[in-house]
Amino acid sequence: MEPVSFFVNGEERTVLAEADWTLLYILREKLGLTGAKCGCDTHTCGACRVILDGRAVNSCSVKAASLRGRRVETIEGLSSGPVLHPIQQAFIDAGAVQCGFCTPGMIMSAKALLDQNPDPDEEAIRRALSANLCRCTGYVKIVEAVRLAAGRMRGAAV
Amino acid sequence: MKLRKDVLPKVTGRAVYANDIVLPGMVYAKVVRSTIPSGRIRSIDASAALEMPGVLRVFTAGDIPGIPSQPRERPVLCPDRVRCVGDGVALVVAESPEEAAAAAAAVRVDLEPLPALLDAERALDEDAPLVHETGNRIARYVTVRGDAETALAAAPHVLRRRYTTPRVQHVCIETEAAVASYDPGTGETLVRCPVNSPFPIRKVVSETLGCPMTDVRVVLTTIGASFGGKNYDIALAASRAAMASRLLCRPCKVVLNREESIEEGTKRHPLFADYTVGFDGEGKLLAMKIRLTLDGGAYTSKTFPVTSRMAIEGTGPYQVPHVDTEAVSVYTNQVYSDALRGFGSPQVDFCSESLMDEIAAYLGKDPVAVRRLNMLEDGKPSAFGQIMEDVTLPQCLEALEEAVDFPARRERIAVYNASHSRSKKGLGVALLHRGESFGAAGQGIDTASGMLSIQPDGSVSVCSSIAEVGQGGSSMVAHVVHEALGISWEKIRYSGVDTTFLTDAGPTVATRGTVFSGGAVYRAAGQLREKLTAYAEPYLHTREVTFEDGEIFESGNPGNRVPLQKVIGDVFAASDHLNALGYMAAPPLPYDKSCGVGDAYLSYVYGAAAAEVTVDVRTGVVSVDEYFAVHDVGHAFDKAEAEGQIRGGVCMGVGYAVMEELEMSEGRIQNHNLDSYIIPTALDMPKTTPIVLEIPGRYGPFGAKGLGEPATCIVAPAIVNAVADAAGRRVRDLPANLEQVALGHKVKKK
Repeated sequence: MEPVSFFVNGEERTVLAEADWTLLYILREKLGLTGAKCGCDTHTCGACRVILDGRAVNSCSVKAASLRGRRVETIEGLSSGPVLHPIQQAFIDAGAVQCGFCTPGMIMSAKALLDQNPDPDEEAIRRALSANLCRCTGYVKIVEAVRLAAGRMRGAAV
Repeated sequence: MKLRKDVLPKVTGRAVYANDIVLPGMVYAKVVRSTIPSGRIRSIDASAALEMPGVLRVFTAGDIPGIPSQPRERPVLCPDRVRCVGDGVALVVAESPEEAAAAAAAVRVDLEPLPALLDAERALDEDAPLVHETGNRIARYVTVRGDAETALAAAPHVLRRRYTTPRVQHVCIETEAAVASYDPGTGETLVRCPVNSPFPIRKVVSETLGCPMTDVRVVLTTIGASFGGKNYDIALAASRAAMASRLLCRPCKVVLNREESIEEGTKRHPLFADYTVGFDGEGKLLAMKIRLTLDGGAYTSKTFPVTSRMAIEGTGPYQVPHVDTEAVSVYTNQVYSDALRGFGSPQVDFCSESLMDEIAAYLGKDPVAVRRLNMLEDGKPSAFGQIMEDVTLPQCLEALEEAVDFPARRERIAVYNASHSRSKKGLGVALLHRGESFGAAGQGIDTASGMLSIQPDGSVSVCSSIAEVGQGGSSMVAHVVHEALGISWEKIRYSGVDTTFLTDAGPTVATRGTVFSGGAVYRAAGQLREKLTAYAEPYLHTREVTFEDGEIFESGNPGNRVPLQKVIGDVFAASDHLNALGYMAAPPLPYDKSCGVGDAYLSYVYGAAAAEVTVDVRTGVVSVDEYFAVHDVGHAFDKAEAEGQIRGGVCMGVGYAVMEELEMSEGRIQNHNLDSYIIPTALDMPKTTPIVLEIPGRYGPFGAKGLGEPATCIVAPAIVNAVADAAGRRVRDLPANLEQVALGHKVKKK
C-alpha cells in the first residue's frame, strides 16, 4: 500500500491504498462517502459517477494509482448544509427522483455538463446522461430537471 | 409544492441503502454457487479457503440452524441437489468483502452432473428429467366457458398463432443486499434490507434460523427499486446474513455484485403461447382456445398467482363467448421466475394485442375498430364470465384517439412511407385490462394494514405495511392522510415498515399498493375522523363536517368552523388518544376455480396506448418515435408522480419490446452484466405523452386505482403492432430486435 493524496470536494485527502483500488472503493470504504453507488462495478451503469478534474467519470473505472494530485467532486460536496445546489433542487422540483439509487450519479453527470455548457439543448442533455442507467423514471423528468437547473443557473449568473 | 417524503436524502447522497450500512465488528459473507444446472453435491472442500487471510468460517447447508427452505422453494444453501446454475452451496464469511470473495473462489465443490431439463415445453414429457421428485408441473389453471371447440368449428374465420416472450429481468440499479445483526441478549435478529415484502422475508429468515417468527425483526432500508425482484431474492440474502450473524454473534452484510444479481435473481416467466381464434367477417370474436406454458425455472416462488393471472387475462380485454384456456407452469433447470412488474400480464397482453391486430389485418379492417367491436362492457360478461362493472376502456380509447389523431397521423405516415424506401413508419395500438391485487387466487393473503397516530402538536405519523419501493408509496399514504384529515403535508411523517409493530399484510406486488395499503390507511384515518368529529360537535353542533386545511367545518357552511388543532387538544385534555389501526382485506369472490369462471378480481384497471415507430427495413433497427399512454388511475394524488410512473413503465416496456433478453446456453446466462444485457438509456426513450384519467373506482381511497404495473403491460404489443404496420413484418417472438425485424427469426447464439 502506498499513500495517495488527492482533493475531494476541495479538501486534500491522503489515503493508504493498493494501486488497483478503485476511486469508488476509496470513496465508499475509506472516506465514508457513500453517495456514489455501485451498480455494476464494470463501468456500465453510471451510479458511481463523480467529477474528476472537471469531467464526469465512473469512479469504479479510476484506479488509485492515477489519482495523485487530482480533483474529485462527489455528490456530498454539492450542497452546503441545508442549502441545495440548483441541480439538486431542480431534481426535486421536476419530480426526477424515484428510487434515488441512480440520482447522485445523474446529478454529477448533469453538473459536469452544465459546468462546460450552461445552455445545452435536449440532445446534449440526453447524451450527457446516456452513460447513467435509470430503471424507474423513463429519464424524461431527469432531462427536464437538467434543463430547469440550467435555466436557473444562467438566471443566477446574469 | 408537496415534496416526495423521501426525496431530500436522495438528492444529497445521504439516503442510506443497505450497502451503505457499516456496523462495528461487521463481517461479510459471499456465496459459493453451482456452476451446473442440475447435479448432486458430492463434496465441498473448504480447507484452502479457510487458510486464507481474514476468513472466519465456511458454512454449508448442514450449518443452517433451521431449514434450508420450504419444499420446492430455493434453498438458502443447497443440502444435496443443485437445480440451477447459481444455486448457493456454501457461504464464506470473512472480515472484509474482498477476503470473502477471494476465499469463495477457493472453495472446491465437487458436483455430480445429472440430466438437466432446459426446455419448458418438454417438461411434462414422460422421459423428462424431474426437477423435483413431485413432478415438473407447478400450477395449472383453466378458464373454460361455453363450447370453444364447436364454436371454432363453426366460425367463418379461424387464425392459429404462436407467440413467445423472453426471459428478462428487473435490473434494479441497486443490487440485492442485507445486513443482519443478532443480539444474543434478547435473541432478536434485526435484518435491515430493501424489500417489497417485509413480512414474507421475516418468515423465511425465521425458518432459516429455526426461531420464532417474532425473534426476527425486519426493518426496511432505502430501496433502490424492486419491480417485484426484491422479494425472495432478498429473503435469500437476508437469511444468509442472518445465519452468519447468529452463528458468529457478529453483524453480517451480504451484497450481491451485478453478475451474482443477474445469475441468482428471479426473472419474468418466459411464455410459450398457442392461440386459436374464431371470428366473423366484421372481426367479432366468437371463440378462443389458448394453451400457455410458463417456464417457472427451478423453484416455485410466486408462479401460482402469475399462472392464474395469465389464465384469466389471456383473452385480453374483450368479450369472448366461448373460451378454452389452459395455463400450465412447469419447473425446469433454468434460473427461476417470479414477479416482475406486471405479474404475468405483459406476456399475455403481448399475445392478445398482437392477435387483435392480426385479425384486423386478415380482414383488412381498422385495428381500433376491431377492438371497439369486442371490448369489455358494463353489465356484460367478460371472457371468464364476470359481469363487468366500471369498465372505463371506452373513455381510455376516446382519450387516446383524441391525443393521437389517428386519421391525420396515418396520412402523414403514408406520405413519409411513399417517399422513403429504406425506412418506414408505422402506428400501433394496444388496450389494457388488468385485475388489481391477487384476486380469487390470492384469497386470505390479500390484506394490508396501516397505522396512524396524531400527536398532541397536530403532527401525524403514518406507517403502512406495504413497502416504499421507490414508486412513491410513502407519499401516496401521506396523500391519503392529507386528503382525509385536512392535515397539512409538512406535518405528516412517514415511517418505514417495521415488522415488530405492524400487522402482517402480505407482499407489495400485483398492483396492491394503492388500493390496499392506501385503503388501510384511509380506514385508519376514518376512525380518527369519527373521533375528531365527535369532539368537534360541541363547537359545531353537527356531525356533518368537512376536514380541510387544518380546520373542521360544517359541510356546506364553512362559516361554522373550528381549528383542528383545538379539537386535537381537547382529545388529549380528556385523557383520550388519537391512534388508529386500519386493516383492509379483500372480500371473498364468487369464482369457480375448477373451470375458472366467475369474479376473478375485485376490480380492474384499464388503459390504452399507441406507438409510432420508424423501422429501418434493411438493418431491422426500430426507433420508437412517439408513445401515448392513457391510464385511468381513478384518483391521482399527485399527477406529476403518476406521469412519472407511466414514463418509467414505458421505458421498461420499450426494453421488453425491442432489446431485452437473457441469452441462455445449457442453463447458463450468457449476458451477465449490463454491458451485454442492454436496457434503455436516456437516448432510447421515445417522446412520451402520458394521459392520466381520473374516473373514481369504488374500492381504493378516494377512488384511486393502481398504476405502477399497468404502465408497463401493453408497451410491447403497441410497439410490435407499429412495427408490423410499418414494415409488414409481424414479430411473434419478443424482443423485436434487429434479427427478428430484419430476418424474421432469431439468430441462434452459441
